[in-house]
Amino acid sequence: MKTQQQTTLSETPFVMGGKEFKSRFLLGTGKFKNKTDLAESILSSGTQIVTVALRRIDLERHEENILEYIPKETTLLVNTSGARNADEAVRIARLAKEAGYGNWIKIEVINDSKYLLPDNAETIKAAAMLSQEGFIVLPYMYPDLNVARELVKAGAVSIMPLGSLIGSNQGLKTKEFIQILINEIDLPIIVDAGVGRPSQACEAMEMGASAVLANTAVATAGNPATIAKAFARAIEAGRLAFLSKLPVEKNMANPSSPLTGFLFEQ
Amino acid sequence: MITLTELKSILADSRPRRLEELAREAYRVKLQYFGRTISLYAPLYLSNYCSSHCTYCGFHSHHRIKRHKLSDEEIHREMAHVAKTGIENILLLTGESYQVTPVSYLKEAVGIAKNYFSSISLEVHPMDVDEYRELYLAGADGVAVYQETYDRKRYAEVHLSGQKRDFDYRFETPERIAKSGIRNISLGILLGLSDIAEDVFELYSHLQGMEKHFPAVEYSVSFPRLRTIKGLGFEPSHTDDVTFVKLICLTRILFPRVGINLSTRESPKLRDHLLDLGVTKISAASQTAVGGYTSEEPDKLDPQFDVQDERSVEEIIKMLKAKNYDPILTDWRTIPATFS
Repeated sequence: MKTQQQTTLSETPFVMGGKEFKSRFLLGTGKFKNKTDLAESILSSGTQIVTVALRRIDLERHEENILEYIPKETTLLVNTSGARNADEAVRIARLAKEAGYGNWIKIEVINDSKYLLPDNAETIKAAAMLSQEGFIVLPYMYPDLNVARELVKAGAVSIMPLGSLIGSNQGLKTKEFIQILINEIDLPIIVDAGVGRPSQACEAMEMGASAVLANTAVATAGNPATIAKAFARAIEAGRLAFLSKLPVEKNMANPSSPLTGFLFEQ
Repeated sequence: MITLTELKSILADSRPRRLEELAREAYRVKLQYFGRTISLYAPLYLSNYCSSHCTYCGFHSHHRIKRHKLSDEEIHREMAHVAKTGIENILLLTGESYQVTPVSYLKEAVGIAKNYFSSISLEVHPMDVDEYRELYLAGADGVAVYQETYDRKRYAEVHLSGQKRDFDYRFETPERIAKSGIRNISLGILLGLSDIAEDVFELYSHLQGMEKHFPAVEYSVSFPRLRTIKGLGFEPSHTDDVTFVKLICLTRILFPRVGINLSTRESPKLRDHLLDLGVTKISAASQTAVGGYTSEEPDKLDPQFDVQDERSVEEIIKMLKAKNYDPILTDWRTIPATFS
């Protein structure tokens, strides 16, 4: 019996910033109760990109250093958490590079301590400056198509729209707008923030997102390593569903006999 | 926002079940917004000279205590001692003397602190925007200024003389701090001066107004409980533990992202339990007298308040880990100007 060729995940590799990744799950490192939980979550999920806030890195090295818990082959994505404007983001990025943490930067410019919503205008400025300096720039942003286009021009390698408020576990509140970015922007779209459960990560992947970043949902779960693995698998499932060209959702029944068939009746 | 009537009824509700409900909600919010992390800091008293007469304070201008202001050398010595414990976040405090500890002195202290700590906060006399700006550029990233009480009549009764008598200048201080570029502002009231429900309500309103007009600032609050100080002749009204716990829970629920600081004036038992209910930042191994960290005769010094929790930084870290919290020592660093 002849079987239909199955789509596999490796057919469309995840390439970004000149690197190829097998995993489409990015893990944030805040809020964990200890570094062992973090290390186990990295291993169990197979994540290859981990974000770390420079503000939390003990550059002087007299504390238990977070980097000792992150495998060497993992791509370190330093974020500019704490930056209130483009200038501060740029300075944090330079400090990270100088301290030897590489040139992959997740730009986070937040000028609002109540909702922690990103400042898109300052994010564009920071992206332009840092790309020009040779950084691999991944900007975290509020999903706005015009801003995403500006970020492309600024030299970003990916766009990271928020699903909902950071740490809210509310899932894809901005779904419609993320879909527009997926449709219109040629760079990988990585859904970041608010993804509270694997099913939501799966949904983002089914929509055609290139990857998903989670942190709070993993760090504050009873068993972080297990939920991290669940996220990784949900993301794979969502990716497969997207590749399989799953049928479009419809909000009405399809008539089973053609409505215009009468035109061709003999 | 919660109304004053609701706040009063919550504080008056003595049913343990209601308190437990409040605590569970606070725990949930704490976990969601801050995860399993607790930041650590230490206070360092630079001077106890004061030109204001606040009847409840051991440092007040008419109180006969040994006055001292740390010299540069002493500042280095005290800071080196604290830094050795691993603390990265230092809170520099003085009495409120514009003459003895002017901006130039504070700037120098901040400059020295940069050699030892990644994050520097101040709890000093209120200033103008330009002065805060100078301190910000020198490397300070946080300022604490407490209104003490929002009841104007009571405020006048307990602040007898000195610049602190000016209620409005103090009330507008957080705005001036925010305009200077300082990243963190800490507000607070002294529990034991006035009606708690009314003061807390006003504090929340003040905080809300600040959040609205200066959204970029990171805010935190403190609720120091006044205790009787020997020889001072001031008797604060007592705030019981249940009320204190309710305040922490309410603040956590109403202001999910606002930090809550807790000093060593509270007991180890209470401090440990409050970690789950909303506290985000605690001090450790604090000395509350000028020169207290390196003094050869610490018992002869005059502390601003008596420390109830005398555990070392190491012991606090051990306790946090046992309670499944990750101790955060480094949470911010001044970004060197050379990178701009």
